[in-house]
Amino acid sequence: MAADNATPLDSRSAQMPNPPGRKSKRKRQWTRYRLMRYYVVPWLFLIPILGLHAFVVVIPALQGVYYSFTDWSGIGEAKFIGLRNFEEMFFEDQSYIDALSRNVQWMLFFVSVPFAFALFGSSLLAKVRRGAMFYRTALFMPFILPSIVTATIWRYLYNPRFGLPTLVGYDKALLGQSDTALWAIAFADNWHFWGFLMVLFLTAMQGIDPVLYDAAKVDGANRWREFWHVTLPGIRPVVLFMMMMVMIWAFLVFDYIFILTGGGPAGATEVLGIDIYKNAFQRFEAGYAAAQGMTICVFAGLIVCVFAFLRKRGWDI
Amino acid sequence: MIARRELFIFRKQRESTAFNHFFLSILVVFSLGPVVLLGVNSFKSNAEMGLNPLGLPREWRLENFGRAWEKGEFERTFKNSVIYVVGTVSLALVFCGLAAYSLARKNPPGANFVMIYLLVMSTVPIWLYLVPLFFMWRQLGFLNTYHGLILIYTAFNAPFSIFLLRSYLIGLPVELEDAARVDGANELQVLLRVIVPLAWPGFLTVGLVVGLGVWSEFQVAVIFTHNPEMFPVTTSYFKFTDRFGRDWSLTNAGAFMMVAPVLILFLALQRRFVEGLTQGGVKF
Repeated sequence: MAADNATPLDSRSAQMPNPPGRKSKRKRQWTRYRLMRYYVVPWLFLIPILGLHAFVVVIPALQGVYYSFTDWSGIGEAKFIGLRNFEEMFFEDQSYIDALSRNVQWMLFFVSVPFAFALFGSSLLAKVRRGAMFYRTALFMPFILPSIVTATIWRYLYNPRFGLPTLVGYDKALLGQSDTALWAIAFADNWHFWGFLMVLFLTAMQGIDPVLYDAAKVDGANRWREFWHVTLPGIRPVVLFMMMMVMIWAFLVFDYIFILTGGGPAGATEVLGIDIYKNAFQRFEAGYAAAQGMTICVFAGLIVCVFAFLRKRGWDI
Repeated sequence: MIARRELFIFRKQRESTAFNHFFLSILVVFSLGPVVLLGVNSFKSNAEMGLNPLGLPREWRLENFGRAWEKGEFERTFKNSVIYVVGTVSLALVFCGLAAYSLARKNPPGANFVMIYLLVMSTVPIWLYLVPLFFMWRQLGFLNTYHGLILIYTAFNAPFSIFLLRSYLIGLPVELEDAARVDGANELQVLLRVIVPLAWPGFLTVGLVVGLGVWSEFQVAVIFTHNPEMFPVTTSYFKFTDRFGRDWSLTNAGAFMMVAPVLILFLALQRRFVEGLTQGGVKF
């Protein structure tokens, strides 16, 4: 009964052949039925959500591409100014370059710290039987907290009057100083995020052939060598795929920074997301903001291309 | 020989898990400690917060919650968030369910294109279309409305929901659907009477993940709503600061109320949450 998965020219039409050379009423009905069944109804089911998605995402995205070549303020006419926005961004606007470099710092933090946490946690948890469910639930839990709640918790913990830093005699505001603010926010986001990575890695680890571990034991591998030579190669596709996603996400960061510092102190945490927000909704430079959004899209595309290239070169992603 | 080998592995594992449990416990304290602290601190008075930042409260002040409820205008923001969540989840389940069914079972011409489209669209950076979307919504008069936000949330969640539901539906046996068809059911009846009752765990998972995403959502909400009447629960947070600083007991109590429904649902249905969130690969 594979008929439902098959193409229009499936077994069912073969089962009910029509006499050749005679355009009977029955055949016309059958054609219409097939048209409805295999073309019209399936597309009727698809159209509402695809239409909505196109309306909310594709049309604005195309508009964004257009506006990025204009000096549009958000209201009224948009004047086409060619590549002027991009010229300004890369050669004149120091705040764009600074924001971009902060996104790169954010990216370096997120491809290292959460991955270290997650690999450590998942390799420990993969060996545990008793309490495994408890550990998994507990370590995953921060991931379901709304960003606003995570931010509230960490703002409290970073509090210079009675927060965690005061326990070691550090009484400066981690979020209030230019040189620590970005890392403090990144660490709060990491606290929320790493459990998610850990569960992904854990699932991947369950797919590793246990024979490999037995072989490693027989060869006298210690914990570290076992991790390095069996576990890590076993989950490499997931790790690399998530690295790609995390690198893309690093350019989108907005919530945590907006809530915790709003870009301050003195612009020290102003990343692209914050910069775009301010340009579009506070400085009324929607065209310029759209151009900045375009560059994020290009960076994301470049990251995907690099990983696709590596994959072609034989890295198995 | 086999017995000895098994014994060897058994001994080895017993020996090793103490190490694992030790470090896992440290990680659990790291992950849960701040959440527990949030719960405990929501019962303290603002004055006690400075004197006793990490300990149990000397006096469990339940009235914090009442005051936070009033000051954060939670009555309104809770109601709004519930509307956003229910609206988005129902739209997403109905329309993504239809689409997923079509892709999983009907395989119409162009189905592959649709899958690729959804895959590409789910990785396009939000900043590419957020700014024009805002101005489009303003022109349509969709800012500060329930349907404006619900439509955005539904569209944003569509790729994930369709993928997850499709993978559920593909796993179902096709024979039952055929049986229903032989009995004269039309496509919609097959979907409602056969597919939905069989695939409800998939629908539940998608509903939970989408609902959680909408409940927690901040970025879109803060950009697309300016009227306090329409604010979702995540913006109540801003009510606890004034010129003189932050009222920490109310902030903590407010955050705790915001997260309590989520935590309860998570503890009750954590398998579905974990499965849905990790399969979708979505980030909030």
